[in-house]
Amino acid sequence: MTDFPNVFIAGTGCTTVGEHWGISLRHLAWEAVNSALASSMTKKPDAIFVGNMLAPRLSQQQNVGVLVADFCGLRGTEAITVEAAGASGAAAVRQAVLAIRSGEINTALVVGVEKMTDAVGTDVTTAIASGADSDWEVAHGVTAPAIAALIMRRYMYEYGVPPDQFSGFAVNAHKNAATNSNAMFRNLISREQYSRAPMVASPVNVFDSAPDADGASALVITSLNRDFVPGKSIRIAASSLSTDSLAIHDRDDILSFSAAQTSARSAYNQAGIDSNQVDVAEIYDRFGVYTAMSLEACDFVGRGSGWEMAQNGSISLDGSLPISTFGGLKARGNPGGATGVYQIVEIAHQLAGTAGKNQVPDAKWALAQCLGSSGATAVTHILQMIDSR
Amino acid sequence: MQIPRHWRLQKQRYSLLGEVCNRCGVKLFPPRDVCPECSHDAQTLYQFTGTGHVHSFSQVFDPPTGHVENTPYIVALVKLEEGPMVTAQLTDVDNDQVEIGMQVEMVTRKLSDDGAEGMIVYGYKFRPRLLGQHS
Repeated sequence: MTDFPNVFIAGTGCTTVGEHWGISLRHLAWEAVNSALASSMTKKPDAIFVGNMLAPRLSQQQNVGVLVADFCGLRGTEAITVEAAGASGAAAVRQAVLAIRSGEINTALVVGVEKMTDAVGTDVTTAIASGADSDWEVAHGVTAPAIAALIMRRYMYEYGVPPDQFSGFAVNAHKNAATNSNAMFRNLISREQYSRAPMVASPVNVFDSAPDADGASALVITSLNRDFVPGKSIRIAASSLSTDSLAIHDRDDILSFSAAQTSARSAYNQAGIDSNQVDVAEIYDRFGVYTAMSLEACDFVGRGSGWEMAQNGSISLDGSLPISTFGGLKARGNPGGATGVYQIVEIAHQLAGTAGKNQVPDAKWALAQCLGSSGATAVTHILQMIDSR
Repeated sequence: MQIPRHWRLQKQRYSLLGEVCNRCGVKLFPPRDVCPECSHDAQTLYQFTGTGHVHSFSQVFDPPTGHVENTPYIVALVKLEEGPMVTAQLTDVDNDQVEIGMQVEMVTRKLSDDGAEGMIVYGYKFRPRLLGQHS
């Protein structure tokens, strides 16, 4: 039915995720762009798509698309910012895929960049909360962790789950981040430490939440079929974006990420695979309950059972469905609008076999799913490794 | 602080004035003018009673700007008797006494402030229902 060009990954680049007091928004982007252009041997992309969530609020900078193009030596290139709260980076990838599939362009540079640490105190909490419904949620003192907490409390109530059962997601993420030189938190944590951590918004505690951080990640994608590493090309086999109500109080069922489910099923359909063929996944593990509900939304596990995967070993690097393989949002860190691009870069390396100590064995299909505004936006991509020898 | 933005919501914030869909009868709060169930116009005003129960709740320790003074506080999803769910703070209650299913009623309280010189925003919160005071 469809006859659009295939889209391949040509190059990637990432900064470390963390508190980069000495590096500005534009320098962060440049560092990632420079690596991505060099590794893809691309001099000038046809268009640039920049995922960013908070620069207009935290850096008083709009039009980050042009800022990146101009500063990175690509002045004059078509460039635009894509914003979809926490899913901004993934939405930028999606827009780039659409542009290439349309036939209008051949090669796109996708950049996710976020500079959180120039602001302090309640300014950052308030800016991030603006991804929720400002008039009807945030005006009442709700924050992003508080929304996760409202969902988590209800999840625990309906399914009879004790809070420490979510700890396995955080323990796994930190374990994988320990060997990722780009990760923010490279320390191991225990279930006991998780259980003793102070509350952010009960029952969500500090060790259940991903840290907000600075970071930039970039991808070059192209319709030209080329190897990502010698003998292997990486194809974007599916790209899908769905939405749900902005405020969680308007959802029929707060325990279902319905946009995530719609987006995942559309992606499986595009790729022509079932959920059980996915070898490795990066999902939106910003809070433990989001990890559980994302696993359910992607049909990796039944409704109400996602939390069981935290404790049964299936999500570790040698498990049946490795997740957060470089630390995830939880321990690699969550640089807002850059996160969705990091996820794609990470699964590309898993498929290419270039994930080093974080490598999962024999991966052919990989999924990345990113959420914005507590699941109001869901973007799912599926990547396929193609043996070109 | 953006004064008109809060001022124009006063009927909703002070008295839970919502809307009803004339076609399918769904009651809407917050008002949204278009029925999310049947896409029909839904601009007929509807006065909610302000009673409901707690669907979920959280105690917030890391507040947004304007809410620091009141921290920690409890936010809840309150399922109104007429159907819709609202996000609001709980008040006049011991934080340890809150539980899912608790019957609550709307009251008007201070929501946030903008410092000593700034505007104070008032609006709905919910407290445990006082039995015997409703017919």
